[in-house]
Amino acid sequence: MIFQDFVFYTLAAILLIAGLRVITARNPVHAALFLVLAFFTAAGIWLLLEAEFLAIALVLVYVGAVMVLFLFVVMMLDINLDRLREGFWSYLPIAAVVGVLMAVEMALVLSGRYFIEAAAPVAKPAGYSNTAELGRVLYTDYLLPFELAAVLLLVAIVAAIALTLRERKDSKFIDPAAQVQVKRNDRVRMVSMPSYTEPEAEQAQQELKP
Amino acid sequence: MNALQSDLFSALPELWVLSMAMVILLLDLFLKPQQRILIYLASQLTLLGAGVLTVVTHVPTVGYAFNAMFVDDTLSDVIKVMMYIGTSLILVYSRQYLQLRGMFRGEFYALVLFSLAGMMVMASGQHFLTLYIGLELLSLSLYALVALDRDNVRATEAAMKYFVLGALASGMLLYGMSMLYGATGSLHISEVSSRLMNGGDHHAVMVLGLVFVVAGMAFKLGAVPFQMWIPDVYEGAPTVVTLLIGSVTKLAAFAFVIRLLIQGLAVLAVDWQNMLVIMAVLSIAIGNITAIVQTNLKRMLAYSTISHIGFLLFGFMSVSGNGLASAFFYIASYTIMSLAAFGVILLLSRQGFEADTLDDLKGLNQRSPWYAFLMMITMFSMAGIPPTLGFYAKFTVLQAALQAGYLWVVVFAVLMAAIGAYYYLRIVKLMYFDEPQDHSPIVAPFGMKAALSVNALSLLALGLLPQILMSICAYAIVQSL
Repeated sequence: MIFQDFVFYTLAAILLIAGLRVITARNPVHAALFLVLAFFTAAGIWLLLEAEFLAIALVLVYVGAVMVLFLFVVMMLDINLDRLREGFWSYLPIAAVVGVLMAVEMALVLSGRYFIEAAAPVAKPAGYSNTAELGRVLYTDYLLPFELAAVLLLVAIVAAIALTLRERKDSKFIDPAAQVQVKRNDRVRMVSMPSYTEPEAEQAQQELKP
Repeated sequence: MNALQSDLFSALPELWVLSMAMVILLLDLFLKPQQRILIYLASQLTLLGAGVLTVVTHVPTVGYAFNAMFVDDTLSDVIKVMMYIGTSLILVYSRQYLQLRGMFRGEFYALVLFSLAGMMVMASGQHFLTLYIGLELLSLSLYALVALDRDNVRATEAAMKYFVLGALASGMLLYGMSMLYGATGSLHISEVSSRLMNGGDHHAVMVLGLVFVVAGMAFKLGAVPFQMWIPDVYEGAPTVVTLLIGSVTKLAAFAFVIRLLIQGLAVLAVDWQNMLVIMAVLSIAIGNITAIVQTNLKRMLAYSTISHIGFLLFGFMSVSGNGLASAFFYIASYTIMSLAAFGVILLLSRQGFEADTLDDLKGLNQRSPWYAFLMMITMFSMAGIPPTLGFYAKFTVLQAALQAGYLWVVVFAVLMAAIGAYYYLRIVKLMYFDEPQDHSPIVAPFGMKAALSVNALSLLALGLLPQILMSICAYAIVQSL
């Protein structure tokens, strides 16, 4: 138990520091990297709680996919740090007062023992499948929110495409499907023209005539 | 019928709307631009089908589904039918506007239907998670709709503001919900309510959570001091989207408040009623006074929305069936008024021209006496002048607040309503006594003219016979709570 406590407090301390650095780091790339660290340590805490599937999903999905993409975006954007920090000092006094007040209020309420004390979880036997349990709960008890969340993602896709997909007037893009389906009549134009014969041939024809 | 089948049966209207939204997305790919009218017709068909499904599957009892996360009761059915009617009118009003601005595309209709599905889930949510996801489904669709006119800088700015502040409000709502979960150990509305009745020593945490929940809800409703986004979004968004945000979504917000505060946290009524009184008084004062100096019609209607939300909150002062029925009556009346007012703006808009300033209404009587008359009814109704519907709506909520013992607050609200009457009547003066600035003819499809006439005249008809709407609202509240 002692070792587990030690691991938990270490991970929790790293998580808090990383979380704090995400919002205080001057460089956005550093902030994104600290967020990666925060995800990683959170995954460690989940492992301590025996939530292996969630821990691995967090590393694979968030660290592996989302944050890498995010890092690329942050590096591509030319963020003007000075403009972002404009007005920081003029807003600081009132923001500090409000922030400190809220922090004190929350500390007063949350430090009391108001929450329901959950019983200490019993360790699961070997061979217990976290993934199967999660799947079962998602598709039975939480079926409705799960499916609605899927619709939410669809809306996000539709919105992203509707807002960004545009046909540029100067684009030289050609639709391959249309290109393949092209017919002869689309490209070759048959023009009927009056026949023209050489004057000598005309004479010869006239001579042939009686 | 096994459990899943009966669950799906309760959510049949939602399933229908979601399926049709996806069908419309696909259908759009195969249609030529001149066939897009089919998308419009399919959307109207969806709304009609949803209405039929809701009415046919209606039972007067309260039925729970999906592990008690979803409820099918009379209140949700009535609100949903109102939403279908409102959305259908929005689609009728918006067709010409969209066609003239190159926004007549499948995505608009799909996003409107998705947002409708989100509102329906909000009306039927019985679990913090369902309510929250329904709200996000609505909000996300609305953010996209506001920004849909991509080359319009003001619309993009409005969408950005709406998105950032909306995300902040969602965060507050979630944080409050997590506090409530910590104190009660459940996310089910009914269980939260019953555990609140039994155990009383978590009061401090509950109130802290309540503060965040109320703040999040006030943002979505647009009550002062969480109203900053309303004027900018109303003004910047395309008028058809403003119409959607300003009318039907308020019905969903009403249902959201009922589910969370009345069904879930009624035990804490003493605490949240004080918050609501402060917000109601501030909303009515700031909404009405700021609206006076506006020259933009959409912005003026935005401030008028804020003051109407203040009146709505009066209905929640008494947690009696009477008070809630009057709040429901108010929000239903407000939806009809708002549809008519924005409908007139859409009617007067044309290619490359938005009729969104007060000057555009000048001399409307000379251009078209009929539409000036319709707008006059709408403005009278918004100001609360008898015999229009708006009068009875204000009357019933103020009566409910008076019964709850808020005498001075009611007196203040009446004074503010009198101030508010100034800017509504100024529009009537502009329409009837000023010379028109432009004489272009008013061109609109017949369907839109007919729908707008029925919409505005219903304010007069329901104002003369308010019992019809009132009995529906009271029945829905009594059957469900």
